[in-house]
Order: sequence, then C-alpha cells, then structure tokens
Amino acid sequence: MDEQRQPGAPVIEPGYTFGTVTDKISSIVLTRPTSNGWYLGFGVAFLLTMMMLYAVGYLFLRGVGIWGITIPIGWGFAIVNFVWWIGIGHAGTLISAILLLLRQSWRNSINRFAEAMTLFAVSAAGLFPLIHVGRPWLAYWLFPYPNTMNYWPQFRSPLVWDVFAVSTYATISLLFWFIGLVPDLATLRDRSTNRAAQIIYGILALGWRGSARHWHRYETAYLLLAGLATPLVLSVHTVVSFDFAVAIVPGWHTTIFPPYFVAGAIYSGFAMVLMLAIPIRKFYGLEDFITERHLQNSAKVMLATGLIVAYGYAIEAFMGWYSGNRFDSFLLWNRLHGPYAPWYYSLLACNIFIPQVLWIRKLRTSPVALFLVSGVILVGMWLERFIIVVVSLQRDFLTSSWGMYYPTRWDWMTYIGTIGMFLAAMFLFVRILPMISIFEMRTLLPEAEVKE
Amino acid sequence: MKRAPIYGMMAEFDSPTHLVDAAHRTHEAGYLKIDAYSPFPVEGLAEAIGFHKNRVPLVVLIGGLIGGLSGYLLQYWISAVSYPINVGGKPYHSWPAFIVVTFEMTILFGGISAVFGMLALNGLPMPYHPVFNVPRFAFATKDRFFLIVFSTDPNYSPSGTRRFLESLGPRSISEVPS
Repeated sequence: MDEQRQPGAPVIEPGYTFGTVTDKISSIVLTRPTSNGWYLGFGVAFLLTMMMLYAVGYLFLRGVGIWGITIPIGWGFAIVNFVWWIGIGHAGTLISAILLLLRQSWRNSINRFAEAMTLFAVSAAGLFPLIHVGRPWLAYWLFPYPNTMNYWPQFRSPLVWDVFAVSTYATISLLFWFIGLVPDLATLRDRSTNRAAQIIYGILALGWRGSARHWHRYETAYLLLAGLATPLVLSVHTVVSFDFAVAIVPGWHTTIFPPYFVAGAIYSGFAMVLMLAIPIRKFYGLEDFITERHLQNSAKVMLATGLIVAYGYAIEAFMGWYSGNRFDSFLLWNRLHGPYAPWYYSLLACNIFIPQVLWIRKLRTSPVALFLVSGVILVGMWLERFIIVVVSLQRDFLTSSWGMYYPTRWDWMTYIGTIGMFLAAMFLFVRILPMISIFEMRTLLPEAEVKE
Repeated sequence: MKRAPIYGMMAEFDSPTHLVDAAHRTHEAGYLKIDAYSPFPVEGLAEAIGFHKNRVPLVVLIGGLIGGLSGYLLQYWISAVSYPINVGGKPYHSWPAFIVVTFEMTILFGGISAVFGMLALNGLPMPYHPVFNVPRFAFATKDRFFLIVFSTDPNYSPSGTRRFLESLGPRSISEVPS
C-alpha cells in the first residue's frame, strides 16, 4: 500500500512479518495461559446467563403475566430489547461486508470479532420474540410448513417478513463468519501441539490447504457473499422498522423509519464494537493491530450515523407539528411533557448532545473517552427503542384506553441476563478462536504484494 | 517391497513474488498439472498456474434465482390457492406484499450456494491429502509458499522435474508420497 492512499495512523504497526503476525494472534488461543481476569469476567457473565435462564424458566411456568406488559402496552421490554440487540448486530455485517466492498482494508483487524459480535447479538435478539409469543413451544408456527391444521402464515404481515429477514440474517452471518474462519482454523491446526486441539481444529478447517485454485474460488465466494450481505443488512432493520411503520399508531406510521432505523442500528453497533475492542486490545496487547486509526474511524462512523439519527428525531418533531394531525402533535407533546418526558430528554442527551464531543480530535483518539461515549450511545439507543415502543402505545387515539408501563424485575432480569449471555459467548470466542483474521492481516503486510 | 507411488514434487519458496514467478516459469516450461499453496490469497497466482475457469458466480446466480422464484411461488400458492383469506378486501395475489420474503429468500439461497458451492467445487471437506505428508507443508498456513508438479503430468520425471525446480531457486525440494 502506498503512503498517499493511507493517510494518518497506520492500519498495522511496522516491523511485522507473516510469521510474527501469525504467532502473535494464534498464540493468544494456543499458548497463552488463561488469566484470572478472564475467569472473573466469564464467571460474572455466566452467572448473569444463569439469571436469564431462571427468569425465562419462570416465564415458561407462569406466562407473560410476570412481565410489566398490559394493554395498551403489549410490546414492552421484549420488543425494545429485540430491536436494540438486532441493531447492535448490524455493525458486524457492515464492517465485514460493506467495508470489504468499499476496499477499506483497515477493517481486516476488526471484522472477525465484529462478526462474532453480530452472531451473539442476533442470538440474544432472537430470544425475545420467541419468549414474547406467549406459547414459545409453538413458535415454529411462524414458518410455513405443511400441517394437519391446513393453516399457513399470513404473508401480508410485516411480522412474517421479520421472521424471514431475521432468520436469513442469522444464517448468512453464521456462514460468513465460518467461511472467514476456515483458513485461520487451518493455521491453528498446523500450529497447535496438543493432539485434541489438532483434531478439533482439523475437522473445523475442512482440510484447507491453501491451494491457489481454492483461494481463487474462495475469494470469489467471499466477495459475492459480501455483495449479498450488504443489501441484506440494510433490509433487516428496514423490515424491523416495518413492524412499526405499517401500523397506524401515532409515532410509528412514518416513512422516515427505515433509513432512520438502519442508521441507528449502525450507530449502536459501532458503539458496541468499540466497547469490546478497547478492552480487548488493551488486555491482549493488540494495540499494533487495532490501532488509533481503527478507533478514530469507528468514532467518525458513529458521528455520521448519529447525525442521521438526529435528523430522524428532527423530522419526527417537525411532522408532529407540520402534519396538523392532532394525534401526531399530541404524541410530540406527550414525549416532551408526558410521564416519560425524563426518558425522552435522557435520550436526546445520550444520542444527540453528548456524542458531539467526538468532533474533538483529542477525545476521538482517547480509548477511555471513546469507551465512555460508546456506553452513553448504547444507553441512548436503548432509550430510543423504549420511547418508540412504550410512549406511542401508552396514549393513542382513545383517552379511555390510555395506560402506563412499569417493567418488573423479571423484565430487568431477562434483559440484563441477555447481556451476560452475549458477554459469556464473547469471552469463550476470544479464548478458543482467533479474534483477528490472521490471513487477512497477512495481506496487509508490505511483503504480501507481488512485485513484477 | 514396492515403494509407495509418488504424488508429485514440491518446492518451497520464501515470498509470494518468488512463488508467482516460479509458477509462471513452471507453466511456461510445459508443466500443466501443477498447483501452488500460499498462506493467504496471492494476486495473479491462479492465472500463473493456468487456472481460469471459476464457476462460483454461476452457482450463486442459479441458487439466488431458485431462492427468489421458490419464495415468490410459495407465497402465491399459499395466499391465492391453498389458503385464500380476505384481509380488508386486499387481492389474494397481493404481490407488493410478497417482495420482502422473495428478496430474503434470494439472499438466503444465494449465500448458501456461495458457501457450499465454493466448498464443493474445491472438493472440501477433505481431511486427508497427500501434500500433508510433507512435514514442512505445515508452514503453508504460516509464512511459506509451495509449488507442486503432480506426477500425473506427462512431462514429469523424478530427476528431470527435480532439476527443473532446483533451477527456480527454492529453499527446499521434497518428493510427496501419496
């Protein structure tokens, strides 16, 4: 890569060779002893996962009445958390697919764990609609399959579209992640000295031997998969927004929802990527691979998508006034002065005002500041979904059907438990699989270029 | 005792540039049944060993078309033929509502065809392969680059091929038992 095309901090610090890059990343998995910090972190995350299983187990026993959902607010935490988690997943696909198509080679050191993050976030997201349906053991009714009831799904409903979008997204994310891992699994197979590890990594590597013919087809398939995943990731949050926008509830029935949801998804996803990348690069000494440049670029993506989200809020407020629709204007009033007004102001602070500090270069390059701002954004994006789901349903057309929503401890236990499940999966991932794509890092080295 | 048949002759190189150059010269010298191994995709290497036919895009196209068509037909058959329900006077065959699922099915089938089509065309999974018999081949997934001339090549001869490969300046040469 010539210097003109790569301004600013380098993507990978100089002085590395194919061998040292390989050793540095694979040794984290193969030879580095498991630290006490890992056990502590995994232990806490595991306990939170157990708490979630307890909450879900009790839910199966007693039904959704243990949650705070009542009419008129029948969606509550389950849908808030579903949208929040699936949004977080979007950054992984954006980094691995869209940035690949745009030839942003800096993505090579963060795509692997961003994709893993996508997978685990989508798993956490998928749990919520499943347990929200009331009779989760019949959730397979959502899929079209021949049955003795002579019944089929209703394909004019966005909720059925969502089933197809989310399950396609989960499948393609898994394939994309696994196929990216295959050459690195072969590296682990050849590097490990432990017989059991050799056999397990060997089976997973599918006998990869790096033949030129294989690489050629591999690169084509990878590129095509990225080309397919790009419209897919944009469609997933669009379809999620249809769940709202196709309904006639005030605050949901707007055409701004699809782009505004997609931008919000990428916004929260990059925040999660940074919240994971900053501690990982610190604890595993990967500052040479995940450099200041990666942090800066992610911060810039957050700044840009954050402004699109701000535009979405502005248009919502503007339409509340300009449409002249009394229900829409009341929704705006209710957000600003209703019982959930403090939540709305916190949302504006977390999502619009505080992240503007990223304009300051010094904060954009400071890992601690970025970590904190990312946390604020994640809280803000959760509040956004809370405002959309709860405040719109809370006071709709008829005064007689107004109500309030109070989440119960079971709601909180399930939500915090899924964060534990997500973190536990991430802890296992960094321990048993290469968290940075080794073969793609090799291609970034200057010696990888073929000179004529 | 009969010796095990020989699978080919393998040369080891230090850099991708060296490998691509060696592959070019081997191909030009008339060896057609050759292959090269590298720890990452090397630009121009597939062309250098004379590999041009890549059918992955065709597989993905066919997969995507099958997915999209079956997605649309499934919805049409269910909504208009098998289980027609009048919802607010909408037509049974309300095609705009069917686009989303058609699109998702196109992506799903296209993506699955890309991954499994690529693996099938590559002949993977294949846990055993003769090249793994060469101990130094373990470095093919780290920092070494290998070129092999298969013994099935009409121009192959144990001594002639070894002499030719030596003229390319490799780090080492080994015979690959099959």
